[in-house]
Amino acid sequence: MGTVFSFDVRDGDFEHAVAEAVDWLHHVDETFSTYRPESVVSRLDRGELTLADCPPEVAEVLRLCDDVSRASHGYFTSHPDGRLDPSAVVKGWAIERASRILTRAGAVNHCVNGGGDVQLTGSAAPGSPWRVGIAHPLRPGELAAVVTGRDLAVATSGTAERGAHILDPHTHRPATALASITLVGKSLTLTDAYATAAFAMGHAARDWVEELEGFGAFAVTAFGATWHTGDFPELAILAD
Amino acid sequence: MRRAIFAAVVTAVGLVLLLSFKPHDLAVAEPRSANAGPWTGDGASLGDDTGTMVDGDVTDTRWGPVQVRIVLSAGKLTGVQVLQAPAGTSMDVAINDRALPILDREALTAQSARIDTVSGATYTSDGYVRSLQSALDRAGL
Repeated sequence: MGTVFSFDVRDGDFEHAVAEAVDWLHHVDETFSTYRPESVVSRLDRGELTLADCPPEVAEVLRLCDDVSRASHGYFTSHPDGRLDPSAVVKGWAIERASRILTRAGAVNHCVNGGGDVQLTGSAAPGSPWRVGIAHPLRPGELAAVVTGRDLAVATSGTAERGAHILDPHTHRPATALASITLVGKSLTLTDAYATAAFAMGHAARDWVEELEGFGAFAVTAFGATWHTGDFPELAILAD
Repeated sequence: MRRAIFAAVVTAVGLVLLLSFKPHDLAVAEPRSANAGPWTGDGASLGDDTGTMVDGDVTDTRWGPVQVRIVLSAGKLTGVQVLQAPAGTSMDVAINDRALPILDREALTAQSARIDTVSGATYTSDGYVRSLQSALDRAGL
């Protein structure tokens, strides 16, 4: 089991830059995998390494985890099962960094999609914004909404991702109010981590995201209804 | 247009599979009855069943063998079918019900004129990706 990452570079031949981005993702996998007993994070968790022994990006990610945990009033945790597991921050962070590798190489119009979490840079074509379908969590094969824009990050958390196993860290019970929640922002690191926290929050996420500067949220509830935060011009809802 | 782009992307990059982003546990409320026969995704509307078909390798996973077939039309990827997928456990049902249709959809809707990509809560079977990649390689995409 794993996650598929796809790269869609719209103008020119950037095979070399894509290869560099892929190498970066493999490096992240080796460093942060909680499924590899020999990974840096696994060894750190077992106490075989100290933070000072780890590559600097480990401290960066753990700092991000703390930031997101604070910003989400504890709904995000780097220890979801009691063990160190920063995966929920690592994924968005790694994709955003991969996207930056492409931009730096001159590929200024591209899309990086990691298992349904997306960083979009530039536009799909001159004058055409990116269009991102939001998979309907309850109706396989259908889209619930479309998000349109330039330079966007789109992340969705839901039951399809971890079964009913995104836990509410406050109650230690699975979050069940929402089938999925999509956050839209500019950079995927926070957008993705906030989506995970928002899913754990359930309906309370609506007020929470309203207060966040620069983010919008679209949710499909467990009963198939939808809601979204105000002032969300990028969003077109297809399903209700 | 986008079809060509997607095919080119696959050619240049392949699909990157990373274990660190694997979801922890999976729970499916209602197991579907075991189905050892061909499993063809979420309906014909997603893909084109006519055209040249190229089968991927049978890849072994801890849950059983996985094999996919790709459908090509005029050299473009137009469909993905699952020839074999494990069945019987909740994990298998989760793969069948969630990952395969979603990846199928990601592959196909990414090629439609209206949508560039799909955001959704997903995970994907390692065996599925390896079989898919072997089929893409075989087809020269």
